[in-house]
Amino acid sequence: MAEYTMVAALNAALRDAMAKDPRTLVFGEDVGELGGVYRVTEGLQREFGSERVFNTPIAEAGIAGICVGLSLAGWRPVAEMQFDGFSYPALDQIVSHIAKYRNRTRGRTSMPIVIRIPSFGGIRGKEHHGESPETYYAHTAGLKVVVPSGALDAYRLLSLAIADPDPVIFLEPKSRYWAKEQGELAVDGPRMGRAWVRREGEACTLVTYGAMVTRCLEAAEVLARERVSCRVLDLRSLVPLDLDTLAESVRKTGRVVVVHEAPRTLGMGAEIAARIMEEAFDYLEAPVLRVTGYDVPYPPAALEQRYLPSVERITSAVRRVVSY
Amino acid sequence: MVIHEDPYDVAPVRLVAPDGTAVGDTDVGLKPDELRDLLRLMILSRRLDRECMALQRQGELTVYPPFEGQEAAQVGSAFALEPDDFVFPSFRELAAAIVRGVDVVEYLQYHRGTWHGGPYDPIASRFAPICVPVATQIVHAVGWAMGAKLDRLPVCSLAYFGDGATSEGDFHEAANMAAVFGAPAILFCQNNGWAISVPLREQAAGPIHTRAEGYGMPGVLVDGNDVLAVYSVTRAAAERARAGEGPTLIEALTYRMGPHSTADDATKYRSADEVKRWRERDPIDRYLKHLLASGAADESFVADCEDEAKEWVADVRAGITSLGPPPVDELFGFAYVEPPESLERDRRSSTEAPDG
Ligand SMILES: Cc1ncc(C[n+]2csc(CCOP(=O)(O)OP(=O)(O)O)c2C)c(N)n1
Ligand SMILES: [Mg+2]
Repeated sequence: MAEYTMVAALNAALRDAMAKDPRTLVFGEDVGELGGVYRVTEGLQREFGSERVFNTPIAEAGIAGICVGLSLAGWRPVAEMQFDGFSYPALDQIVSHIAKYRNRTRGRTSMPIVIRIPSFGGIRGKEHHGESPETYYAHTAGLKVVVPSGALDAYRLLSLAIADPDPVIFLEPKSRYWAKEQGELAVDGPRMGRAWVRREGEACTLVTYGAMVTRCLEAAEVLARERVSCRVLDLRSLVPLDLDTLAESVRKTGRVVVVHEAPRTLGMGAEIAARIMEEAFDYLEAPVLRVTGYDVPYPPAALEQRYLPSVERITSAVRRVVSY
Repeated sequence: MVIHEDPYDVAPVRLVAPDGTAVGDTDVGLKPDELRDLLRLMILSRRLDRECMALQRQGELTVYPPFEGQEAAQVGSAFALEPDDFVFPSFRELAAAIVRGVDVVEYLQYHRGTWHGGPYDPIASRFAPICVPVATQIVHAVGWAMGAKLDRLPVCSLAYFGDGATSEGDFHEAANMAAVFGAPAILFCQNNGWAISVPLREQAAGPIHTRAEGYGMPGVLVDGNDVLAVYSVTRAAAERARAGEGPTLIEALTYRMGPHSTADDATKYRSADEVKRWRERDPIDRYLKHLLASGAADESFVADCEDEAKEWVADVRAGITSLGPPPVDELFGFAYVEPPESLERDRRSSTEAPDG
């Protein structure tokens, strides 16, 4: 059976999308000959030429802004932000234009743009390399926001995102870039906007995304030894949220712990807890708990494992809700 | 007091002096009926601009940004474009929209407060939605031009922006990218001396057009109240772009005779004397004198333009004042091609129980 890293799977998704649709463009800082600092675009410029795969100046607002003009001219831009912490200059173009353009033109234009952002922590990175920017985008109407958790689904989600008619913010968990997964690359399977049950269980649902899926699976393994069986729900899509699968999980397990790397305050956990109250309150057996990063700037390498949700923090939260 | 008329030592490109006499080669390649059309479009624009001020005062428009004084800069430049070229305006370019044939009632819906951006079709009219975040549209124009270049189309884009916009990072990123990618884009700065209350000298310590050299593209300074000069330099920039020679930065010196917007009081920051001196450089008077002297137009043509303007403006007024709010359903209709299910639910509950 074949084996892929997330980097290789993303690379294959870009290659397949470019081969399928000659209007697809890939650009960003260092994405050309170098193949991007994480090598996600490796070999693409050689294969598709420097008109369709090109380096840009270091200008994040410019990169996002040209996506608008290119879309109006009928192209499908797939832009790379080099790092999470350096994507902020692009926020104005994304929030003021990419997200709003279709609405402003009453549907006469659309912005089939994908902005890929290597995101989240856990790689012993320098400052500005461990950011969790998802809620900035999730809070902006007009965007879709997706986060793969492993190589095979990264291929699927990126393929779906590029084919999607709406603008998609594609957040790549850097700490999973080099993790391998066995299987075949395929677009079939869960669609955009659908969550994925990664492990079945009855006592509690761990709702999570990105690199924390693996950590939640580890926690579920530990808890299984204590005869506490956990369902692990990989959201995949933060916008739209798969409310049906979320509600179904609550109905099934009655207890929920949300896990994410981002700081707690107004993180996705807040939204998920509120949605659960709206959709499935009657089925709750315990308050929804959150295991998250803290409300501090992302820490240096020496402290990051104290910041990120650990297996211990997750298991202890589950024990609390289960014994509530 | 800043005397903005001549902010730099260097003289701008000028073909017709403020008194209407030719000071350069006024044969810019336009036929007599096209020469007359420039006048006609400037007259129509001014009449509509004044009508919009009135509509705002009467409560029929929300805030409105007048462009009186900038007719030559906008009409001359927009007139130099071909139908397939694409304009990326800021928020003060109604005159350019008129030249491009944009449905002005739809355009004015923006200021009516019925739809953000203006619901006219940007693709069909080759005129992007009104853009208020200063300078952001310049990047869009560069992206569009890059796309057109990839398609090997003989077209160009033109971005309008003000002197104030040149302080924004987006101006820099757009100019640099346009030059690096050889994008067929025209960066058209209407330097009207003011960014709300901030005069040019507090906005920039050096000229705008000379920055072009640092980016690696030509920069042109033009008398923005001389419609023939504006036409001629824009036409040259468009031809350059179409020939694959890349972008051009044009700085057109002009003046907004009115307030920044209907919410502004310009007497708080600039002198009546300055405004009076610019009135003497009025772009329409200047061109009218020139056309009458050259025999390209006569008084009856001008009277016809005024009659046409009166009738047209009345039609636009009727179109605007009859516009009610869009159906509530449309609040939800356009944000996504494929809206999230939760948004669909919100739509249903909001339209089924409007008070709920
Ligand atoms: C990014 C941003 N900052 C501030 C504003 C508020 N604002 C609107 S117009 C304007 C002045 C623009 O001046 P200029 O670029 O010279 O254009 P003009 O108004 O003279 O046409 C400002 C500050 C804005 N619209 N966008
Ligand atoms: Mg100005």
